[in-house]
Amino acid sequence: MTTATTTPDATDVSSGSVLLTLMKLRTFIALFAVIAFFSIFAPNFLSTANIILMSKHVALNAFLAMGMTFVIITGGIDLSVGSIVGLCGMVAGGLILNGIDLQFGFTVYFNIVEVCLITLAVGVAIGAINGLLITKLNVAPFIATLGTLYVARGFALLSSDGQTFPNLVGKPELATTGFAFLGSGRVLGLPVSIWILIVVALAAAYVAKYTPIGRHIFAVGGNERAARMSGIRVDRVKMFVYMFSGFCAAIVGLVISSELMASHPATGNSFELNAIAAAVLGGTSMSGGRGTIGGTIIGAFVIGILSDGLVMMGISSFWQMVIKGIVIIVAVVVDQAQRRLQQQVTLMQLAKKG
Amino acid sequence: MFPVEDDTCVLRLEDVTKVYSGIVAVRHANLALRRGAVNVLVGENGAGKSTLMRIIAGVEKPSLGRILIDGEEVEFHSPADAQRHGIGMVFQELNLFGNLSVAENIFATREIMRGVRGIDHRAQVEKANHFLDKLDAGINAETLVEDLPIGQQQLVEIAKAISLDTRILILDEPTSALSAAEVDVLFKVIGELKAQGVAIVYISHRLEELMRIGDYITVLRDGQITGHAMVRDIDTKWIVRSMIGSDAKDFAKSVDHRLGEEMFRAEDICLPRKTGGLAVDHVSISVRAGEVLGIYGLMGAGRSEFFECVMGQHAHATGSIRVGGVEVADRDTSRRIREGMALIPEDRQREGLVQALSIASNLTLASLDRFVRFGFHIAGEREQSAIQSAIRDLAIKAPNPDFEVTSMSGGNQQKVVIGKALMTEPKVLLMDEPSRGIDVGAKADVFRTMRRLAGEGLAILFSTSDLEEVMALSDRIAVMSNGRLVAVIDRKDATEEMIVKASAEGHKTTRELAQ
Repeated sequence: MTTATTTPDATDVSSGSVLLTLMKLRTFIALFAVIAFFSIFAPNFLSTANIILMSKHVALNAFLAMGMTFVIITGGIDLSVGSIVGLCGMVAGGLILNGIDLQFGFTVYFNIVEVCLITLAVGVAIGAINGLLITKLNVAPFIATLGTLYVARGFALLSSDGQTFPNLVGKPELATTGFAFLGSGRVLGLPVSIWILIVVALAAAYVAKYTPIGRHIFAVGGNERAARMSGIRVDRVKMFVYMFSGFCAAIVGLVISSELMASHPATGNSFELNAIAAAVLGGTSMSGGRGTIGGTIIGAFVIGILSDGLVMMGISSFWQMVIKGIVIIVAVVVDQAQRRLQQQVTLMQLAKKG
Repeated sequence: MFPVEDDTCVLRLEDVTKVYSGIVAVRHANLALRRGAVNVLVGENGAGKSTLMRIIAGVEKPSLGRILIDGEEVEFHSPADAQRHGIGMVFQELNLFGNLSVAENIFATREIMRGVRGIDHRAQVEKANHFLDKLDAGINAETLVEDLPIGQQQLVEIAKAISLDTRILILDEPTSALSAAEVDVLFKVIGELKAQGVAIVYISHRLEELMRIGDYITVLRDGQITGHAMVRDIDTKWIVRSMIGSDAKDFAKSVDHRLGEEMFRAEDICLPRKTGGLAVDHVSISVRAGEVLGIYGLMGAGRSEFFECVMGQHAHATGSIRVGGVEVADRDTSRRIREGMALIPEDRQREGLVQALSIASNLTLASLDRFVRFGFHIAGEREQSAIQSAIRDLAIKAPNPDFEVTSMSGGNQQKVVIGKALMTEPKVLLMDEPSRGIDVGAKADVFRTMRRLAGEGLAILFSTSDLEEVMALSDRIAVMSNGRLVAVIDRKDATEEMIVKASAEGHKTTRELAQ
């Protein structure tokens, strides 16, 4: 009698945990599924050239998504990253082409390394403005970054009157040559942008797991009040995540301008939405406190492979949008289901213990 | 208990028991409410008063037992059911919509309609003003509730309950935010309602108020009714005796150790209240190393606010703090923690724990700097060994420290919060209601830990509204009332009556001042 009543319970629990494991691995499964699908249906999908090309596409979104992941884990959102991409591209292009005109007949030119550093600083500075608005002036993250979205895009357009800065090859006498290396250079067979992605991703994952600031990011998003009570400097943590997000966006601005050898002020339009999608697909919880860099990178790959693969299959871009939307919604629904199942399994385990 | 003639009894609870997931909040309660009288209910926090009233108001259903109205059995499925039977309740926490006007609040869910032309705002305002005038509230029914100070909001809540035209009116601590003059008006209105034959249930901690207005008194302890009498037959001593009882709880034995030098001194701590007045009113106190100071006070006495000021949570608080004789000038929590102070907050879920993090991460959250190498790297093995020793020292029942902290019971969660505070290696430990919401076994563990820490030379300040706890655990007892420190008594000289009396002190003086 007892065996009869306990067996179904036991299978229930184990089938519950099998389902749970599957759900936890959902981003991997999705990645595997899109790769398997397109290697069958899209010609040349698995060729080395195509894989490298796709990785370069994915890398752009992955940078933004990593910055976004930290922001979302603290319970915020950063809508301004797309505009920062555009503005930083224009800063880099403008500095290479025109330098800074000091108004009395002199023009200062920077060498290419300085140009990159200044561009990164601009990205971080805009992130800092976001952070200050949110921490010191108590503006909701959504509104603060919506504001900087417009401001940054406006400045990008103003910088060239809406024109493109073309042909950024630079002049050897000013040491402004070599900008192309970022976008089209290769080291050990891999594109430079992929190497940068690997370095930044490893650093971000390390920060998340092994440093106090990483732990603090999770604590602030999980329970801001408790974090404050534990002596965490919540404002500093928030400043850090928005500045890091701005930094990531500046990298993307540099890489895109370098790939095209031109900067266009409308670059990066709606990139922020792709970044949010990748983070959410990778298991980052919009209510804060949960998320991983690894998950986000995989999420970015799923989205990137999906759109490139659909292009290769010749499916209309209108359908691509529909499919992308559905994938995101399914991801969030599964995420919620997993959370519920997890609670049930934990409760059951507690109940079993007595 | 004496017999009740049926004609005066309007509502009767028979053998009512209420169980929440494993905790018995009310146990076999028999209660009769008389019409045309003020039925007073007293007991310590957590004695079950509010639960009992929530059952009568239809918010909770009893697990066992039945409710009789005019001798007929009834069952309430919702507060609306209870309202239909003429039962109105003013809750301890205000249930108002701050974004709506006073009139809209009073007539919420029973708006006065003009057919298809919508709500008749003018009639609502007129009627609302009528009820407010009765209370001498001086409130315009068209103002937004959020623009009113707390005391007036409470009057709105009372006006709302009166407007329901109830036969039974439950007032759960209605005077906690009222001024002396407002209390007098409220008592006048209660008198009028009484004359109309309404049965009033009055819950309060302020004994003098109960003696002034009550007709019948019922005392609750640990979910059981321990005394029932006519107010005119008894005195405050009787109430205290029935409230506290004689059966001892499991308190750790006091360990004899020498007290050290003065470790903590707070001087002239003041914190203004948003609605005017002071939430913490010139509090000065000092604690020696190895001493346990119990701060007793009722809800809203300013204990939590005082602790928050000490931890630097309020930028606009004034006064000075010294730890080990050195003044702590910085006003932010991180520095105060580094200077050797730690707080175990009252509200574990909102202020103590990060629910999404593991047990281990919660334990080390406030002290990560201790485990850092090269300035940024958390040394895993050092953190792990600290976590293991904390789990061992505090007897935390954690099957796996990497599980989420919410997978444990309340008592173990509280131990995690304590562990987190201890990991910062404090010299002064502030514990705000450390035994709230945890079971008996965990309570005993927490008390033992407090004793051990005091023995190791920590200065401990803890707040409680449990008389027994404050008597058993403290070396000295401080009593706070209405933001002021009204008495500091040595444990040897303290009696329960002294403490209860002192805890109402703050309200008395404001009343005298007002008159």
